[in-house]
Amino acid sequence: MSEITAEQVAHLANLARIDLSSAEIDRLTVELGQIVDSVAKVAEVATPDVPATSHPMPLTNVFRDDVVVPSLTVDQALSGAPDRAGDKFRVPAILDEE
Amino acid sequence: MTNLINQTAAALAGLLADGSVSSVDVTRAHLDHIDAVDPDVHAFLHVARDAALATAARVDARRAAGEKLGPLAGVPIAIKDVLATHDMPTTSGSKILEGWIPPYDATVVRRIRAADLIPLGKTNMDEFAMGSSTEHSAYGPTHNPWDLDRIPGGSGGGSAAAVAAFEAPLALGSDTGGSIRQPAAVTGSVGVKPTYGGVSRYGAIALASSLDQVGPVTRTVLDAALLHDVIGGHDPLDSTSLTDAWPSMAAAAQAGLKDGALTGVRIGVIKELNGAGFQAGVKQRFEETLALLSAAGAIVSEVSAPNFEYAVSAYYLILPAEASSNLARFDSVRFGIRVNPEDGPLTSERVMAATRDAGFGDEVKRRIILGTYALSAGYYDAYYGSAQKVRTLIQRDFTAAFDKVDLLVSPTAPTTAFKFGEKMDDPMAMYLNDITTIPANLAGIPGMSLPMGLAPEDGLPVGLQVMAPARADARLYTFGAAVEQLLEAHWGHTLLSRAPALANTEMFATEGGAV
Repeated sequence: MSEITAEQVAHLANLARIDLSSAEIDRLTVELGQIVDSVAKVAEVATPDVPATSHPMPLTNVFRDDVVVPSLTVDQALSGAPDRAGDKFRVPAILDEE
Repeated sequence: MTNLINQTAAALAGLLADGSVSSVDVTRAHLDHIDAVDPDVHAFLHVARDAALATAARVDARRAAGEKLGPLAGVPIAIKDVLATHDMPTTSGSKILEGWIPPYDATVVRRIRAADLIPLGKTNMDEFAMGSSTEHSAYGPTHNPWDLDRIPGGSGGGSAAAVAAFEAPLALGSDTGGSIRQPAAVTGSVGVKPTYGGVSRYGAIALASSLDQVGPVTRTVLDAALLHDVIGGHDPLDSTSLTDAWPSMAAAAQAGLKDGALTGVRIGVIKELNGAGFQAGVKQRFEETLALLSAAGAIVSEVSAPNFEYAVSAYYLILPAEASSNLARFDSVRFGIRVNPEDGPLTSERVMAATRDAGFGDEVKRRIILGTYALSAGYYDAYYGSAQKVRTLIQRDFTAAFDKVDLLVSPTAPTTAFKFGEKMDDPMAMYLNDITTIPANLAGIPGMSLPMGLAPEDGLPVGLQVMAPARADARLYTFGAAVEQLLEAHWGHTLLSRAPALANTEMFATEGGAV
């Protein structure tokens, strides 16, 4: 059995910035435990001599020439924003009052 | 007039090129059919009727003026909603992006427009491509045209259902763990996941960046090849795009139609993808197909891929890990919805958390939390690190297998289309459904699904999966076209001609029975 607790799920939700209800946390705690128990079998064959693969077709040093190319206009970049102020994204307070 | 909606894209291209039909006629026929059947099928999230007809009229005018156009010019196409389109909403099946119209096109969308295909609209999908049934779409599921009470596969169930229901001759899909191939299998259509890096991912809303690949969704292998030729090739806007000079996939498919195309081709049957857990009718059609291949001169042998047993586990660590970081961009600032918390101070952090709670569905939350867990300090080595090692082992299994054979085959999915709700309460059961398709994504190799019959017990389509070494996509098309021709000659018809008639449509055979 995995050791996943409701407190742990609440902490993960906070890290992931998802405001889960306590009912969602309870359900996810059970589901996550089952999933983690199942996927933990990767450790059976992941011995120290096996190198990790992060990317299926490894490429290195993918650069382009350092020249200016057309990009989004300010209006295009702001077109999907829920709120804007002039040429900027408008956001709620970054710091709370504490 | 010729029935325009049940033509292949290749046939339509011929009729358009010789002036037998106009693109406006072809486009209108598909739009009318969408109006007739999509209330039942729900393959589309958005239909761009006016824009499609206007684009078709422009293509017709240019053809009439003598302009030389590309091979698929004037042929309609449906676009999976994971792909950014500057003139249509792009939601990736999520509430968090409801109504979002991107300021740019995905590279593949730009390429189909440049090739003068006619975008019909955007197709339904599991939210952020997380799922195997489209039941995780925030906009309701797509229904399988073969049986409206069953799933069309996922995540690209909308694109597969659109071509299977003759709403579009072509569609674009994306495949992270089978999202093109599994829907193709359960809807009796064709789907190809190209070699990783063979088709640009620029403008495809990222699920798991090291696994995602865009590809064609069609009714025939040749049509898939024609579309692959339009969308494939290097894109400087995608740093993982391969710079290879690719051969013509259409020429490769046509080579497969020649006599003797299967003679001496070495086919490997993957032992680990042919055992317990596969539906009887799926196994039966697979064995029959292997027998036909042998009779046609192919050399069929069994190969072992011992580490495939660990593929699903590795995938459901790597995918959530990558997804949890990719989906961090949905921060209620730059695009998508913004939801304020019900009480307390309005800080950016709290607004972001409230927005993501309201905007993400259950499966997305589940995978983000799982990915956050897998990447946590203290668990990283045991989970994510081990999964990356399994990825190496799976690549080695493929390398060893391709030393012995030219192509690998398996059933595309363990079962035919299941009923809505059957696996919604058991995430692991849904995940295990992807066991056949996931290894190709982990290794980056190309894979195809094409129909190989109907399961006798339920009369539903069964798919054959074919896999080739990385960069050998052309081999897939040659073999796929040969197998398709062999099977259709054996049946005496195409598989989709046996699909039941949908509402208000009488042009398709309703008799049929098991193939």
